Amino acid sequence: MSLQGYAFADVADVRERLRETGYLADEAIATTVFLADRLGKPLLVEGPAGVGKTELAKSLAAAVGAELIRLQCYEGLDEARALYEWNYKKQLLRIQSASGATGEAAGDAAAGTASWQQTHDDIFSEEFLLSRPLLTAIRRDDPTVLLIDETDKADVEVEGLLLEVLSDFQVTIPELGTVKATRRPFVILTSNATRELSEALKRRCLYLNLDYPSAAREKEIVLARVPELPEKMAESLVRIVRALRAMELKKAPSIAETIDWGQTVLALGFDTMDDAAVTSTLGVVLKHASDQARAISQLKLGAN
Amino acid sequence: MNLLDRTVEFTAALRRANVPVSSAETVDAARAVGAIGWADRDALRAAFAATMCKRPLYRSAFDSLFDLYFPPRIGDGVVLPDEGGPAGEQQPGEQRNGDPSELTPQEIEALRRAMRDQLRDALLDGDDEKLRDLARRSVSAFGAAQNGPGQRSYFIYRVLRAMSPETLIADLLAAMLGDDDRGGLEERIARQTIADRIRAFEEMISSEVRRRMAEERGIEAVERTAVKPLADQVDFLRASQRDLVELRRQVYPLARRLATRLTARRRLGRAGRLDFRRTVRASLATGGVPIETKHRPHKPHKPELVVLCDVSGSVSSFAHFTLMLTHALREQFSKVRAFAFIDTTDEVTRFLRGLELGDMMARIASEADLVWFDGHSDYGHAIEVFAEKYPDAVGPRTSLLVLGDARNNYRATSAAVFRRLCGQARHSYWLNPEPRSYWGSGDSATTAYADLVDEMVECRNVEQLQHFIERLLPT
Repeated sequence: MSLQGYAFADVADVRERLRETGYLADEAIATTVFLADRLGKPLLVEGPAGVGKTELAKSLAAAVGAELIRLQCYEGLDEARALYEWNYKKQLLRIQSASGATGEAAGDAAAGTASWQQTHDDIFSEEFLLSRPLLTAIRRDDPTVLLIDETDKADVEVEGLLLEVLSDFQVTIPELGTVKATRRPFVILTSNATRELSEALKRRCLYLNLDYPSAAREKEIVLARVPELPEKMAESLVRIVRALRAMELKKAPSIAETIDWGQTVLALGFDTMDDAAVTSTLGVVLKHASDQARAISQLKLGAN
Repeated sequence: MNLLDRTVEFTAALRRANVPVSSAETVDAARAVGAIGWADRDALRAAFAATMCKRPLYRSAFDSLFDLYFPPRIGDGVVLPDEGGPAGEQQPGEQRNGDPSELTPQEIEALRRAMRDQLRDALLDGDDEKLRDLARRSVSAFGAAQNGPGQRSYFIYRVLRAMSPETLIADLLAAMLGDDDRGGLEERIARQTIADRIRAFEEMISSEVRRRMAEERGIEAVERTAVKPLADQVDFLRASQRDLVELRRQVYPLARRLATRLTARRRLGRAGRLDFRRTVRASLATGGVPIETKHRPHKPHKPELVVLCDVSGSVSSFAHFTLMLTHALREQFSKVRAFAFIDTTDEVTRFLRGLELGDMMARIASEADLVWFDGHSDYGHAIEVFAEKYPDAVGPRTSLLVLGDARNNYRATSAAVFRRLCGQARHSYWLNPEPRSYWGSGDSATTAYADLVDEMVECRNVEQLQHFIERLLPT
């Protein structure tokens, strides 16, 4: 970590500033974010879909006034998409235009070699480099939050690449030399745990397991996101969602879906969450037919 | 002992509980403490969790150990001056309840009543702080028993019997709901909420009891019983109801993880046969020289799976879990058929498709035709019926999977029929939820069957089952 100092003064400061951006952090989240800042380590956030992993990164960027650079992982992501790539089409054009120019001075072998050297130096220069998210984040001088989203979707080889970049914050480009971070970006990796990430990667990161929030916090979140919703409605909404999560469902409703539900009942103008209201809008939170059937039978909604 | 030594010991305890913690991570933990200090216990817990507990699976072990090594208080606990006022007023006998043997039975009864009233209020508000405080006080008031001179033991059941939170449910419901909410959705949700809070209270009591025991006996003595085995190492045959619910919840994530790993392995494997047409097409770009060869995608061989499972009482939880997992993985197989038996066999594939996987076993038990004679396991008869009723089930592409403990109540084994079935199948495996050392003891007929199948596999927990399924599925 260079001399720019730390982004946060203490744990309470993390909480306060995240709250200002609309993200309600609990004790564990705030502490872990604070530690990631202090220890200068990447933060691996793992948890089910829709608990606010990506949201945390976005709010963090807003809270410290940094730019968010996002690397979305997917199957088949490779170095060329994650780190850097040479713009070979442009290089080709450059070579062609060079050979056009040297064509006139043909015969002079020494001149030919010199101009080739010149062209070679030229086409492997900054101008022809396409910087991808990882390199961009490392090279920036301003505060940066690097979000590596859904790391578990990427192939195992990408993890190896990340290891190298995240432990030293430097990238070696053979033709240009080593690029070292002047200012370490704040790195957040997210994962849905569809597969175990490698031990080596986990060892280098701080780990935060985000799970469904407590009832009180979820209510606060819903109210913060859907301010027009009456508090009593939000409370019963959250209680129903928690009851749903306690069932054995294929896909438990996420926070994002609770918020959607709040918006739905608001838009439809329900003023209590009675059986009819729940039954008619259940599709917002439960997206498997079997889950809905189960919820209806366990909450005995079908009775009327 | 200073706090750093404590931390190192805590790390060692984590490792003993099968939570891997590297020394680099211990260093990180120490640095983290350097950044946040020792003052705030919750922050400390979060800091240790961030640096040393990197899979959700480890979390419960981590929490139990953290509570043991960094207890929130010692002895009966100190009543802090700022909360002393209201807390002091509410409890008659607070000054003396350190040693309940000094109280008369009437006084104990009065204390119990008073604390139950407080418990009701705390449960109604859902105030965790109050509940924790109550848990602490009820353990010191009712949990202790003198066993031997100078040694005290604490028992969870004594506290629960005295406080009996379950009997408060009716009161709580009445307080939470108005008359018009009765019987509706509100009531069911309220019941759920109350049940959650009571369970949380019980957790607090057991962790408090562990803490007191650790003070009496030393941490090491309590550690072994305090830490529950990791979820993927819970024994199927000994799993409690709550463990099973937790396991079932893991089925889909587990199936998804297995499937992802398999696809990854397949992709890495060699490509399929040469695709002549596409190779020639591609060669046009290089002037007719086939520089890059194109291949057809490799077609994975998908086995047919026939599961024959014992669903009698003793092993049904194992069968249930395995059936759910194979069903969740059905895309990896070309076909899955399931048969269940107790002393006779019936096909249960139709229940796998049912809506409510959680209740699958109950429906199998009530609707399928599994009992022929007396409802005790009879492998011999079950195998005969299976071979007779479903002669086409096992074919040359089939992997036959038998689930059961082979406890045959000393009945005939029908080994000859079973040998023929195994011969027809491409592969045959037997998953036995009993530890290997029990095989062949008592009425176990493992010796008769073990040689007939390709392999009899010990499959006591999710971890072993996971290994087996990975091996079963082709790459």
